[in-house]
Amino acid sequence: MTAAGFLRAILAATLLLAGSGAGLVASASGPALDAARSGPCVEDPKVMRRSHMDFLKHDRDDTVRRGIRGIKHSLSACVDCHASKADGRVLGSEKHFCQGCHTYAAVKVDCFDCHASTARPAATAAAAAPGSLR
Amino acid sequence: METKSARRAFWLLLAAGGAVLAVALGAAHYMEVHGHAVTGMNNQVVWGLPHVFAIFLIVAASGALNVASIGSVFGESDYKPHAPLSVLLTVALLAGGLMVLVLDLGRPERLVVAATHYNFRSIFAWNMILYNGLFAICALYLWALLERRLGRFARPVGLAAFAWRIILTTGTGSIFGFLVARQAYASGVIAPLFIALSLAWGLAVFHLAQCGLARLAGREPMDAELHARVRRLLAIFVIAALYFVAVHHLTNLYWAKQVAFERFILVSGAPYPALFWAGYVVLGSLVPLVLLFHPGLASARATAAASVLVALGALAFLYVFIVGGQAFPLEIFPGYEVASTFGDGRADGYSPSLPELLLGLGGLAASFLIALAGARALPILAPAEVAMAAPAPAK
Amino acid sequence: MNPVDKRRREFFGQAAAIAGAMIAPGLMLYEYAEAVGPDGASRPRAPGEPVSGKVRWGMLIDTTKCAPGCRECVDACNRENGLPGTTRATDSQWIRKVDLKDLKTGKAVSLPVLCQHCAEPPCVDVCPTGASFKREDGIVLVDRHTCIGCRYCMMACPYKARSFVHEATTGQSPDVPRGKGCVESCTLCVHKVDKGGTPSCVEACAAAGHQAIVFGDLNDPSSEISKRVRAATTTQLRADLRTDNGVRYQGL
Repeated sequence: MTAAGFLRAILAATLLLAGSGAGLVASASGPALDAARSGPCVEDPKVMRRSHMDFLKHDRDDTVRRGIRGIKHSLSACVDCHASKADGRVLGSEKHFCQGCHTYAAVKVDCFDCHASTARPAATAAAAAPGSLR
Repeated sequence: METKSARRAFWLLLAAGGAVLAVALGAAHYMEVHGHAVTGMNNQVVWGLPHVFAIFLIVAASGALNVASIGSVFGESDYKPHAPLSVLLTVALLAGGLMVLVLDLGRPERLVVAATHYNFRSIFAWNMILYNGLFAICALYLWALLERRLGRFARPVGLAAFAWRIILTTGTGSIFGFLVARQAYASGVIAPLFIALSLAWGLAVFHLAQCGLARLAGREPMDAELHARVRRLLAIFVIAALYFVAVHHLTNLYWAKQVAFERFILVSGAPYPALFWAGYVVLGSLVPLVLLFHPGLASARATAAASVLVALGALAFLYVFIVGGQAFPLEIFPGYEVASTFGDGRADGYSPSLPELLLGLGGLAASFLIALAGARALPILAPAEVAMAAPAPAK
Repeated sequence: MNPVDKRRREFFGQAAAIAGAMIAPGLMLYEYAEAVGPDGASRPRAPGEPVSGKVRWGMLIDTTKCAPGCRECVDACNRENGLPGTTRATDSQWIRKVDLKDLKTGKAVSLPVLCQHCAEPPCVDVCPTGASFKREDGIVLVDRHTCIGCRYCMMACPYKARSFVHEATTGQSPDVPRGKGCVESCTLCVHKVDKGGTPSCVEACAAAGHQAIVFGDLNDPSSEISKRVRAATTTQLRADLRTDNGVRYQGL
């Protein structure tokens, strides 16, 4: 638990450093990701980088246990929006959104042991409206 | 004084046990990486050989506390010098059993989930509390037994340990006893049956450990009078276990709806009837009883042989109980002949794979290592055999 | 209140405001407009509203209409939930066809068996971590995030309804996560039901022209399933256990 928290802190620190104004650092050492989508994310990217795991964990219980659909922080919505334009996936290489960043930060991502890492066929089109609250 | 050969033997045994444990951990890792598809387990027999070993160790653990209980709780002073070893064995066996149980989980890396999410309706969750509590009580008990100044606490702590272990084994038996849907389980008699089994298995393991450690130290295991009492006690426990097993099966045979299951487990469902009759009843119970009662065989060696047979019989019994109990198909449609793609109406096969066996043996090895190292590090053995276990003199 | 809760409340507040104010159907309204039971009677749930005990989802399986040899429901389930559909002893089967022959009379019956979605589910009682749970609306599920793979629920289930995932999975549906080392079973297509849909097996059975499975709210007296169970004699499997199954059988 503490180890995970520690890793999370490192990840957050690294990403904040990479993302916050220090363009030189970001372009020199941040992961190059093939997942660009236009439009805003469901939260500010800085917040997402730091807290996406907490959002996901919180909302997953609402969906799994209480049947609340259409939540704001849904993993399948992440995948639909951030999947590579080339193959529709978030895993596969260090250019893919989830794998690229997690490899960069050296944090294991185990969501996709169970969850699909591929966008829905329809999602590529829907991604034009990335703020949609699926 | 610890002899040179005793020291060498200790390290050799430690290395051998460590090697078995290392192989077992490798096997567990292999199972985790590839999933349970590489075991013999399937959707019909969901608990296999690892559970046979794990339940054996956990049940024997609570039984190993017998000797300490007889000394502390029932005031039989002859047993008191042997109490520390008895408590140490409880800790060792419990740890080995739990290790197997955890490593056989589908998601062993989620142990922290099991420790932080409790469903208090689950007998499994109660057992987790009971197991951890027994560790804590045993630690206190050992402390009270070994620290002269705390001697007056030995009796109350011993009493608590005795009560706790009875509840714990009730819990272990009830893991099965509460399974209302299964022909093989769903019986209140399973809890007392497990207590009787634990008394026999635990005393057998205690006797073997006692003999082994004494031999390592080059001493006689125990004085003749105490040995005679241990023999009688082991025999009584074996008979008590047989009695409960008989009651369980006789009850089932009286119920028309259970007759098909009894026929399967006792007569037709190979290999379970052979394991039950030859393995548990004859080799694991009757032969040990002859060894224990025959006046011409009153040696520690004969008792040790009986103990080995009781332990092997235990594994045979648990294999029949756990694996055989699941192999018999669930009766969802009584009165119908049933067929499906999912094993309905059919006794499904289970052939244990090597990694499962290795994991089970690893549990034995872990218990062995803890007992061996503990007996060396702590003044565990009764004074007569203290030589090997005493800390080496400072150089 | 932690920040996530705060954000969630703000979000619900905004969502409710938007949904209330909008006249033209936006994406969310469009989705929830469908959240009506298949019988048209069940009340739709508002966005963000948790499931409630006012609904009890159930199924009626009419064995007299179930065709021997037909596997439409099984195949549809496998397709919908991303199951491989193979039938080795280690493969998952959320729904299976069972063929029965009465030992005395020789009467033959064919029927599907799936998770019976008990009101008193033994799997939920025994689960040490609470991963096995029953939703307020009666759907019994496994929360794979907290399942440790002990398989005690499989020991406890009277219907052999559960499967253990014995090896790594591929090709999961985005709506149906599943992975190695956890136990799984029929979800009553909860991802569809939550959006007003019907379980895939029910649809497939109807599409094949059998209409052997009725799905609906057992708590709603005007639903088709309620009318049917009032009119005909139906049975719950292993009724002796008093698990009060949500799945009922007719003609057994």
